[in-house]
Amino acid sequence: MDQFEVKVFIRLRPSVLDPAGEAIKSASSKLGVAGIKSLRIGKMIEVKIQSNEEDIKEKIELLCDRLFANTVIEDYEYSINKL
Amino acid sequence: MASFTVGIVVFPGSNCDRDVSWALEGCLDIKTKFLWHESSDLNDVDSIVLPGGFSYGDYLRCGAIARFSPLINSLHDFVKSGRRVLGICNGFQILTESGFLPGALVANKNLNFICDDVELNVITSKGGWFQKLNEKQNIKLPIAHGEGRYHCDQDTLKKLTDNDLIALKYKTNPNGSTSDIAGITNEKGNVLGLMPHPERACDESIGGIDGLYTLKSLITQ
Repeated sequence: MDQFEVKVFIRLRPSVLDPAGEAIKSASSKLGVAGIKSLRIGKMIEVKIQSNEEDIKEKIELLCDRLFANTVIEDYEYSINKL
Repeated sequence: MASFTVGIVVFPGSNCDRDVSWALEGCLDIKTKFLWHESSDLNDVDSIVLPGGFSYGDYLRCGAIARFSPLINSLHDFVKSGRRVLGICNGFQILTESGFLPGALVANKNLNFICDDVELNVITSKGGWFQKLNEKQNIKLPIAHGEGRYHCDQDTLKKLTDNDLIALKYKTNPNGSTSDIAGITNEKGNVLGLMPHPERACDESIGGIDGLYTLKSLITQ
């Protein structure tokens, strides 16, 4: 068994409107930062997990598909780092 | 129908469970039973309501964690048996997260938590959840949600439309829902999910009785 640190990034699919992102985009321009073309909010989940190297991808994808993300509205990607 | 019992599921964070019980027992004289989400025995109830609220504090996504409760696990067989399930507000979110109904509920377009009475058109008669009305008639029910914008892709929308699964549409879209959708049913018609709260419209003294019919239809076999 090895230790892994996994970072999962979850984003709303491009076809799903992100009203909170729009609100922050508007606040950003009020701060005086011009030129922002698009701003969308996602989530990042950090997981430390003990696993066999051959199972780790399968476990993370199960978590992403069934719990971390709702694939009707969200896409995900992840990076796995062996500690 | 005296022995008919409606089960009302209670998750940590449910807050409309007692309203549903009040409406069913007090206004319609229908027996109810609270079902803690950890129970998986659904044998002594004839239909089920997933009430509104904030199950598990809406952590991760609304309804995402409730989906893993033992009760929801048992609900698959309950639905297959043809018995009726009504998901109101957070209950609708749980039904989509659990895959009983297609699509998802996301943050309202204007980001406001909307608490208002809305006019709704009854679209389908599938499942007999609503009184048949002519095209010009509509019903009025309260909504109270921050994440009630129904979202689905074009293929799902076509399927919902072609198979007559859209139950309710907002007359004036308050939250940006795809195709003004406020509620949908499954193909069989025995599962209904909707964002408006029928249990809050069961007594004239609190503003209307347009929710009575839907709650009463829980005892249709």
